[in-house]
Amino acid sequence: MARKFTPKVVTANDLIEGDVVYLTDDGTWTRKLSEAALFTIPEEADERLSFAAAQTGRVVGAYLADAEPGETGPVPAHFREAFRATGPSNYFHGKQEAAEQA
Amino acid sequence: MYKYNDFDEAFIRARTAQFRKQVERRVAGNLTEDEFKPLRLMNGLYLQLHAYMLRVAIPYGTLNARQMRQLAYIADKWDRGYGHFTTRQNIQFNWPRLTDVPDMLDALADVEMHANQTSGNTIRNVTSDHFAGAAVDEIEDPRPVAELLRQWSTDHPEFQFLGRKFKIAVGASEHDRAVLKAHDLAVRIVRNDAGETGYEILVGGGLGRTPMIGKVLHPFLPREDLLPYVEAVLTVYNTLGRRDNKYKARIKITVHENGIDTIRALVDEQFALIRPTFSGYDQELLEEIRAHFPEPDYVKAPLDAFETAYENDPVFRSWADTNLSAHTNPDYAIATISLKKHGQTPGDATSEQMRVMADLAEAFAHDELRISHEQNVILPHVHKSHLPAIHARLKAVGLATANIGLVSDIIACPGMDYCALATARSIPVAQQIATRFDELKLEHEIGELKIKISGCINACGHHHMGHIGILGLDRAGVENYQITLGGDGSENAAIGERAGPGFAYDEIVPAIERLVLGYLDLRESPEETFLQAYRRLGAEPFKAVLYPEAKTKNAA
Ligand code: SF4
Repeated sequence: MARKFTPKVVTANDLIEGDVVYLTDDGTWTRKLSEAALFTIPEEADERLSFAAAQTGRVVGAYLADAEPGETGPVPAHFREAFRATGPSNYFHGKQEAAEQA
Repeated sequence: MYKYNDFDEAFIRARTAQFRKQVERRVAGNLTEDEFKPLRLMNGLYLQLHAYMLRVAIPYGTLNARQMRQLAYIADKWDRGYGHFTTRQNIQFNWPRLTDVPDMLDALADVEMHANQTSGNTIRNVTSDHFAGAAVDEIEDPRPVAELLRQWSTDHPEFQFLGRKFKIAVGASEHDRAVLKAHDLAVRIVRNDAGETGYEILVGGGLGRTPMIGKVLHPFLPREDLLPYVEAVLTVYNTLGRRDNKYKARIKITVHENGIDTIRALVDEQFALIRPTFSGYDQELLEEIRAHFPEPDYVKAPLDAFETAYENDPVFRSWADTNLSAHTNPDYAIATISLKKHGQTPGDATSEQMRVMADLAEAFAHDELRISHEQNVILPHVHKSHLPAIHARLKAVGLATANIGLVSDIIACPGMDYCALATARSIPVAQQIATRFDELKLEHEIGELKIKISGCINACGHHHMGHIGILGLDRAGVENYQITLGGDGSENAAIGERAGPGFAYDEIVPAIERLVLGYLDLRESPEETFLQAYRRLGAEPFKAVLYPEAKTKNAA
């Protein structure tokens, strides 16, 4: 039996800033995982990844990351993605800081 | 200290200008990431988890005040106001923007620094003993040889695309402070019975997935043969080294698979071929380089200030007892500045701290600073009378922690807080262990103990060589930490042995506490270090304290 497909988000790093970005429903990029599009169909996830990977002038290293539906949008399924979505744990730098300033 | 000549200067400027154009072309869309990536890596620019990371070489860990100040300036202007010193005597900036990097490289070039060959399959930053030129047990200052190798390997056309990265270290002491035996190639300056100096050449050491201790390739190489011999080693490796499997590409595997005797025979053959092409210019160059590393202009002054402070100030005394090492000049000391304040990130220094260290080096320490592979900063030449003033300045900026060589002087790689290759975090584990032992107020009683933590099997944190090593792994989607015991990065190099099943993130600090408290019960006397006790007793009693449940189960 085929294993159940874990939903995916398309993620990458911004070309200039290096910051973690996610693909949204309308094909733009957001810095917040909660605003990312969550794909539950494998073919669709692959198609959106190809779309993202082609944007080499905007992002670097696009890939599919496991995520789960949360109350206010996708949440990380693995701790690596949780760190990418938040920032380092030794300093209040990166996204956690940006979120506070927003 | 080595000063760039016109050629060095022009070379670095040209490289930076080239990279500026490459970044422009990348941003304009004229270079794809696939095309650009090898170019940025050649300039030390990585893409990490949250941002780019610029790795700057500090050749053989030596810096002057002006350079340290420039690192502080770069940290403030283009990064987050701090830098991370690594086990390869480099500094890493964790938050640069791609478009700022050419300016950062220009600012580095202004003080004769660069980020070349801090990545990629090339010969990396040549490292050395951080006590070089000051240590009581050294035959001579190893840095001129390290500088010769740096110049020879920089942009060497034959060695820009090796099968894998290649790390070289140089030492000249009885006591190995540069982890020579964990390097692809190590040069140890030695003296024979006739009183002549030569080189012992070690090859095939390395940590990572397959840890290996370096083997002696040549016990006593004549001095004039160094460059042709090292070049012969590289050529043999370049030809023989495996390129089919990244995990088998390092020279340690080439040595392991072919045997040290075969490698030696091939090197000798190649050496015989190329030796005649070395005209002796390299020896002249070495002499020129030597002139850049003179003995400091030692001052003569009374020692009263030191003695008074030592008698009357217990905080100073504790720092002096723990952080100072003997210097060849009896009126001097080598002072190690701990970047391991309890609860802080090992190896990190703020721009303010960098400036204070630069000021101290300039005012009191013959304008020299060193970075150790243990991620601390050293003032190698300090007249003892200046130590109380130095200590006071350090204290004011959180740099006076008296813990060198103790349980909280932990090596930790960036791990999953920054590194894209990580399988688990290392920094918070180090922070928590240090904080815990500080609470227990047992550090000084525990004595010498080296804990080293890596966030993945690549072992940048040298965990295999920790008396206690910790390796962070991803086990079914959660962080899990494996403990190794009995590793040693000194001249008696040893790879630690795995203690048993790993521990979860919230179990690892209590496990280390059990282990260290268990050692206090096991040791014969306060003088017996953790490593000595481990060597005397073997792993079993240590495993018993680490895994008390297993013991009860077996007894039942
Ligand atoms: S050991 Fe692994 S996690 Fe740590 S810095 Fe090296 S590659 Fe990154």
